[in-house]
Amino acid sequence: MGQTLAEKILSRKVGRPVRAGEMVICPVDVALTQDGTGPLAVRQLQKLNMVRAACPGRTVLFIDHAAPSPRKELSNDHMLLREFARETGCVLSDVGAGVCHQIIAEEYARPGDVIIGADSHTVTAGALGAFATGMGSTDVAMGIALGKTWFRVPETFQIRVRGRFSPGVGAKDLILHLIGRLGADGATYKALEFVGETIEEMPMTDRLTLSNMAVEAGAKVGLIPSDEETRRYLAAMGREGDWQPLAPDADAEYERVVEVDVSELEPMVSAPHTVDNVRPVGELAGTKIHQVFIGSCTNGRLADLAEAARILSGRTIHPEVRLIVVPASRRVFLEAIDAGYIRELVAAGATVLAPGCGPCVGVHEGILGDGEASLNTSNRNFQGRLGNPAGFIYLASPAVAAATALKGEIADPREVLA
Amino acid sequence: MKLRGKAWKFGDNISTDHIAPGRLFHLRSNLPELAKHVLEDADPEFPKLVQAGDFVVGGNNFGLGSSREHAPTIIKLAGVSAVLAKSFARIFFRNAINVGLPVLICDTDQIDQHDELEVDLAAGTIKNLTRGVELVFAPLPEVMLTILEDGGLAAHVQKHGDLRLE
Ligand code: SF4
Repeated sequence: MGQTLAEKILSRKVGRPVRAGEMVICPVDVALTQDGTGPLAVRQLQKLNMVRAACPGRTVLFIDHAAPSPRKELSNDHMLLREFARETGCVLSDVGAGVCHQIIAEEYARPGDVIIGADSHTVTAGALGAFATGMGSTDVAMGIALGKTWFRVPETFQIRVRGRFSPGVGAKDLILHLIGRLGADGATYKALEFVGETIEEMPMTDRLTLSNMAVEAGAKVGLIPSDEETRRYLAAMGREGDWQPLAPDADAEYERVVEVDVSELEPMVSAPHTVDNVRPVGELAGTKIHQVFIGSCTNGRLADLAEAARILSGRTIHPEVRLIVVPASRRVFLEAIDAGYIRELVAAGATVLAPGCGPCVGVHEGILGDGEASLNTSNRNFQGRLGNPAGFIYLASPAVAAATALKGEIADPREVLA
Repeated sequence: MKLRGKAWKFGDNISTDHIAPGRLFHLRSNLPELAKHVLEDADPEFPKLVQAGDFVVGGNNFGLGSSREHAPTIIKLAGVSAVLAKSFARIFFRNAINVGLPVLICDTDQIDQHDELEVDLAAGTIKNLTRGVELVFAPLPEVMLTILEDGGLAAHVQKHGDLRLE
């Protein structure tokens, strides 16, 4: 009997064939924490007298969620992380380097890796064919010190995607559509496996967007086969040697198969306060928006900034909108500067902030006022997510975000592009 | 072990942003202080009035969202003895076991706000004393039971010097 991608990766790691439903203790290739979860992980290790890492060169402590720090309490947490990195030799990714998941994709994740992170969007690296999943601080702390963790091998939903996106529609619309169909808990404990002609033709930047949001349907991982596009991406990151092909077996067993044809797909928007509250943009067009955020581990990459710049170049955003742009990493920021996108976005009225999470999790840099609404290219619109439970959050693609910034209300990018 | 207390009822999709919101990010290294705000964005009365031994009772997909372990930790710190829900989000469920907070899957439609409950963890039963009905909950997977019985994941590793789950 053939294996799914999840079964295949875990089988190789534990050195025997494993099937969905089994419990395994598995070696960890990459472990990460961020500044919201890292301090608790460090304190657990200190309490247990285990201030060490099994593999310090592939254990990364990110400071991205509250970066630069807005408060002394968080500055002190940052100091704790820096000190732990110094003591153990673990890698520190400090203020301004960018969002953890973007840097894991650029510099660490390899097809076939097992990656654990004290951050739910660790699933992002599934786009490179890594079994990457989010856990809590204690789980990751133990993974850092012991170099292993336990998993239940997940059953898999295979998502078969075909067709060509029409202009103004893309990966973000596809994943929002899928989450709307599956529901916020529709894939809890499951692996998602994205395959099909649309995925084969999709650039890595968009694959990362798909895998990133797998967790919004409750999934444990969001895997994509490793192919020539994976090799091309790794080569562009200067690490072609990390590539290996990886595909599910043709006779693998799936709990469910979901077919999607994207040729008729429209731009989609997720309305407050759950990610699965998804509608075509037309149903929400005209909704007044006070802030637009383009960035995050979902859509803060070069292609996302390019898309926004293409729509906003030579124009000015609506006077009653704040547009916040946050490149996902320093690499993205530099490339966007070189390509002229940053200039075009700033000229159109954008506020550009340091690479990192920006306002995404409601700690700083763009907290909503009572009753205000924001449209974000990020991945969550839970009540309170932008720092105020009396705010409203919509999620959409960079194209919808740019069109919305122009109009001051939710807008269809196809009308602005036309 | 029997747990007894009052039910605090919440709806579907209670997220980690309801339980431990980002606006209180700076309190994450001060858990007793953060616990004073637990779930306040879902029910402002809850953190003020919850008593030791009480239960948090959710609907579907309790604890969805981020991996922040602070969420189950502060529920526990607030004195809550167990969380009952129709279903849980994956990371929250695993984190709750790791911090030693029992999480029980049962039909919470049979429980109303402030009902008096008695939970028998070993027998797998929940008595709704107010309504006079008895519910059963699904047993935990073996691995999680081991962790919970050892007092959480950190205590488990301390006891064995390793993961001893196979
Ligand atoms: S950008 Fe947002 S979703 Fe991504 S890691 Fe940062 S806070 Fe989490």
